Amino acid sequence: MSGFTISRRQMLASSALLLASTAMPTFGWAQTPKKGGRLVLAADSEPRNLNPAIVASNGVFFISSKIVETLAEASFDGKDGLAPRLALSWEGAADGLSATFKLRDGVKWHDGKPFTSADVAFSALQVWKPLQNLGRTVFKDLAAVDTPDDLTAVFKFAKPTPFQLIRNALPALSSVVPKHIYEVGKIEDNPANNAPIGTGPFKFGEYKAGQYYRLTKNTDYWGKDEPYLDEIIYQVLPDRTSAASALEAEEIQLAAFSAVPLADLDRISKVPGLKVISKGYEGLTYQLVVEINHRRKELADLKVRQAIAHAIDKDFVVKTVFLGYAATATGPVPKNDPQFYTADVPTYAFDVAKANALLDEAGYRRGADGNRFSLKLLPAPYFNETKQFGDYLRQALAAIGIDAQLVNNDSAAHIKAVYTDHAFDLAVGPPVFRGDPAISTTILVQSGIPDGVPFSNQGGYKNDALDALIAKASETLDTAARTDLYKEFQKQVAADLPLINVAEWSFISVARDTVGNIANNPRWAVSNWADTYLAG
Amino acid sequence: MTRALILLRRRLVGSIFVLLIVVVGTFLLLEAAPGDAVDAYIVSTGGDAGMIELLRHRWGLDQSELTRLANYLWALLHLDLGQSVTFSRPIRDVILERLPTTLLLMVSATALSFGLGSALGIYAGARPGSVRDRFLSIGSLALYAVPGFWLGLVLIVVFAVDLRWLPIGGIETLASDKAGLDRAADIAIHLILPVSALGFIYLALYLRMMRAGMAEVWRQDFVLAARARGLSRRRIVLAHVAGNALLPLVTMLGLQSAQMLGGSVVIESVFSVPGLGRLAQEAVAARDTPLLLGIILTSAVLVIVINLLVDIAYAFLDPRIGAGEAGA
Repeated sequence: MSGFTISRRQMLASSALLLASTAMPTFGWAQTPKKGGRLVLAADSEPRNLNPAIVASNGVFFISSKIVETLAEASFDGKDGLAPRLALSWEGAADGLSATFKLRDGVKWHDGKPFTSADVAFSALQVWKPLQNLGRTVFKDLAAVDTPDDLTAVFKFAKPTPFQLIRNALPALSSVVPKHIYEVGKIEDNPANNAPIGTGPFKFGEYKAGQYYRLTKNTDYWGKDEPYLDEIIYQVLPDRTSAASALEAEEIQLAAFSAVPLADLDRISKVPGLKVISKGYEGLTYQLVVEINHRRKELADLKVRQAIAHAIDKDFVVKTVFLGYAATATGPVPKNDPQFYTADVPTYAFDVAKANALLDEAGYRRGADGNRFSLKLLPAPYFNETKQFGDYLRQALAAIGIDAQLVNNDSAAHIKAVYTDHAFDLAVGPPVFRGDPAISTTILVQSGIPDGVPFSNQGGYKNDALDALIAKASETLDTAARTDLYKEFQKQVAADLPLINVAEWSFISVARDTVGNIANNPRWAVSNWADTYLAG
Repeated sequence: MTRALILLRRRLVGSIFVLLIVVVGTFLLLEAAPGDAVDAYIVSTGGDAGMIELLRHRWGLDQSELTRLANYLWALLHLDLGQSVTFSRPIRDVILERLPTTLLLMVSATALSFGLGSALGIYAGARPGSVRDRFLSIGSLALYAVPGFWLGLVLIVVFAVDLRWLPIGGIETLASDKAGLDRAADIAIHLILPVSALGFIYLALYLRMMRAGMAEVWRQDFVLAARARGLSRRRIVLAHVAGNALLPLVTMLGLQSAQMLGGSVVIESVFSVPGLGRLAQEAVAARDTPLLLGIILTSAVLVIVINLLVDIAYAFLDPRIGAGEAGA
């Protein structure tokens, strides 16, 4: 079962077009797109700030990517894995000091004003670089944006910046907001943050706290004949079980982001008129990672970390915790990444005897009670699966004589305990791979990060060779050379185990058969849905 | 009416102290919980050290606990509940938006459990020890033992998913633009399941209390006297026995209002009802201290008002109590 999942994911990465063309009819998508209709779907959280240019997170994109567009979107078959949106073409200079974007003509903001390069310049310099959670890192060397004409934006960097990184960052980091709305007053306090104005296929309609968000069709959209839908309603369903019930009762037509728990998928897939879809999230891969506090003397010993890696049965985790909806991991880049992934890294087969031997070798013999030492284990509470893996890991560690004490916290308390207080020995975390290791992956192992930065190396790990490699990759402009450095990065991480990558997973959608054009790009749930339709 | 006024004055002074204790207590409790609003926020966004510092500063979390508590109390003195960091809106508005929904849910559920509970209690207590008495007692006890969320889920599966008679959740049809009576009917239909889930649980309390009270009263001399006078059984049950067993139920009504608020947290979540209970849960998860304080303050005022009403009702139901108050 798990083998099937892996191969399917790999296939998807390498020959997505082929797969899409063969798989689509089997899902019953042979309907002809139809205009009109209201799509009602489940939303499990209510983001407080809907401006994706400030908050680049899936929760915000889920709603606002339909309203505010990026320069480019991820694509299964496009060049560099991208499809044009507000930008038609992009090119980086050889010296890494500039990048030129040609913009789409005839695009209008929802309030009727024309979209120009000034909006791009404003968004990049005033929003992405100073305010955006991810942009603050990726665009840190952005010095200026020249606008020679209304449809050209030239990004100028103070230091050579690899264009590959900028390109990979476009789908998540380049939401363009209107300058004429945001130039007055403080950007963070702008009312448009709660009622966004963009160029997208849908306009922000209304938000009833605790009930729903309503998006309405943008009749002036640049996409020919798009969008198909008249309205999108996000119904707020806070309870974990309600999305499945609402689908069955035909009150909603779609539940994305695994709003239907994995355990219910088997049952729900048998309900007539409903389909379970695991495609459309390839660009939003979450990694199941054991975070390690290297300040603990036992864990600072490589042999102990290797023993822990050998004690984890990754196949079992994929099969039992993720019910097959995941793939085993080999290192810090997920297998489904088309650019950087390499399988050529040290691996740790499930081998309890070897793990025990390694621990003996390291000098941690079993005591009278069979235990070698005790650890505090903090599973992140954000996903069912991270919690369940915490339970599994405790048992796996018991088998090699490590007594792990589970500490369960709510989200805020977990973040504080792990990333600020470092009050953990092992933690289970779900970092996100965002298409380029430099966006949010190298930070997981790099040293010198201040306390309190979430989803970063707070385990006190320091490896000068790895730090040097990360630094070198960050200023290597040649795409091939840069890619090779990140392959070397994967090797070194897998060899020295600053953390242990266990599995990679993404989300599942459940939809009525009538919903068409689902999952047709790698970030579908957070893309603009201009072509999504409801068949009669 | 003067009796009620005296009661009101006495209660008001006490209430202010109660509220102060509630506010300071909640503040300290939430401060003791690990992680602050920024920690809760960055769970979904991540962010670098600079951004986190910026957020702490913007949300005033870089000030000391004492300063924040003092600021909050000072603002409260001016009837200002402050700004919610979760919603970036004044807390007063956020709460007022949710309060009617929760009140509607609570009042309906209380009416259901009190009305039906005492009616069934009278029915059972009219013949203590009979088959129907035993059946109702055991049945209601079973209901009382059922967890609220489970009852809610079962009701959803049966009436919303399988039979599709009733909507699965929410307070009204989404984005329907209904108005007036149409809207009222729509809300009523949406309330049937959550009110049943919340109300049925507490029904047992009233039923058993009424039944027990009646069993007690049956043994009293005035019942014997009423029978000797040749009054009909119906008259004895309703006017003499039930009437005299009613007082403890009214006490319960006051006590129950606080529990009902707690129970609505779960029910509002299960049925996606946008009420105060769910808001409280979100406020805790988001470590939105001022919002939670606002909600708790609102609930506390609500409970105090309800208990005041209960006391006033007491004074009318049993003149002896009123006399005692007035004489004090």
